[in-house]
Amino acid sequence: MKYAYYPGCTLHSTAIEYGWSTEAVCEALDMELVELEDWNCCGASSAHALDHRLALTLPTRDLMQAQPLGLDLVMPCAACYSRIAAADDRIRADDAWREEMEIEFQAKYTGEVKPRTLLDVLANDLDIQELQHKVKQPLRGLRTVDYYGCLLIRPPELTQRWDDPEHPVLMNRLLEALGAEPVAWSYVVECCGASLALNRADVVTRLSARIVEGANEAGADCIVCACPLCQANLDSRQKGLERKVPVLYITELLGVALNLPNRTKWFAKHLVDPRPLLRAKGLG
Amino acid sequence: MTIAQAPAQVDTGFLKRVEALSHESIRTCYYCLKCTAGCPTAFAMDYGPAQVLKLTQLGRKETLLRSSAIWLCVGCETCWTRCPNGISAGHVMDTLKQIALAEGYAPGERKVFVLHRQYLQSIRLFGRVHELSMLALYKLLSGDLFTDLDLGARLFLKGKIPILPERNRGIKQIQRLFQKKSRGSP
Repeated sequence: MKYAYYPGCTLHSTAIEYGWSTEAVCEALDMELVELEDWNCCGASSAHALDHRLALTLPTRDLMQAQPLGLDLVMPCAACYSRIAAADDRIRADDAWREEMEIEFQAKYTGEVKPRTLLDVLANDLDIQELQHKVKQPLRGLRTVDYYGCLLIRPPELTQRWDDPEHPVLMNRLLEALGAEPVAWSYVVECCGASLALNRADVVTRLSARIVEGANEAGADCIVCACPLCQANLDSRQKGLERKVPVLYITELLGVALNLPNRTKWFAKHLVDPRPLLRAKGLG
Repeated sequence: MTIAQAPAQVDTGFLKRVEALSHESIRTCYYCLKCTAGCPTAFAMDYGPAQVLKLTQLGRKETLLRSSAIWLCVGCETCWTRCPNGISAGHVMDTLKQIALAEGYAPGERKVFVLHRQYLQSIRLFGRVHELSMLALYKLLSGDLFTDLDLGARLFLKGKIPILPERNRGIKQIQRLFQKKSRGSP
């Protein structure tokens, strides 16, 4: 399996452990990632807030770069994924806009690059039984809650329902294959407050702390996510909580189950250190 | 909600204009309130998403362009996912922000605006976002120097905030994108 790869800005900074674990896990599972050579920022929340045009042109530059590779374009970050899918959707829906973009980037739009998020690829392209055979260290006794947040599966107009937008199930199927024990909870698709983290910390603290409390109420050992902003918000807003809950990327747990080397380096980047939990479960 | 402040200023062409810019059929909203019920930040807004749609239908331009609501929407698209008429209140909020800026209204949440502007500035300079310089400038320009400084320091010490920026080779092409105005911009 081979994919075009768009890491996005956070995978080189605040979510560097998501970047490292993504690359390590994909290599171990024979999923080749071909990184776009000169990818640029998708514009994130800020472009669509302040400038409709930039919100479409910035990700279109990335889409156009992916075209010659002729592969699905994989993005680990939910926000990058949503912005690039929105840019692609607009080109498909609006012929005049498509022509404008073809002139702007001096390339024909082929429509052959399918924007996908990493969790979609892991959950839908991997053969679950084959994956189970590769598990060297089952996550036995690890009680997990699956956290999708918002843009990973919403809106269905852009995600094409790779998983259900209100009651997604595929992350748990993956976790079960790794031997973990997913528990049910009520905050699977609640939003963490996203980019307001920096300018309305009060709003994000209220939203994110509630989600972490929900994980505690469900009796979970850890929260599993697949978005850098979700992870950062949930990981950093636990001050004052009686019981802190580690927030792990799905790729990190895949790394544990596959017993990949160097993973303590990933966990050292977390604010709520997951290593004591993993050691207690015999998964150190 | 305090719609009853008299006399309300009404812009009769406003609904059509916002619909054209946002590509959303706002007139089909029948106020079921699913968007407001699901909106994660509605509790902090002066008008919830359904109220923003209603005020747009009513042409209450001034009220909307001065509101905090349009700046507190995080674009999570829960509203779009659940709307029985397929309206993204988030797209409408974005359009209203851009009209407010184009017409010189002071943003209802100044810090939110300053962060977005600095974020785009970082892309314009490097092609990719450089958190350290973006955050430093945001702190200075917003005047909010101390919130979460400890958190920022912890992330920096964890090596999660690189000192040097990554630059795109095609930065000239990216900067050209910044010079073009939105088609039919507000």
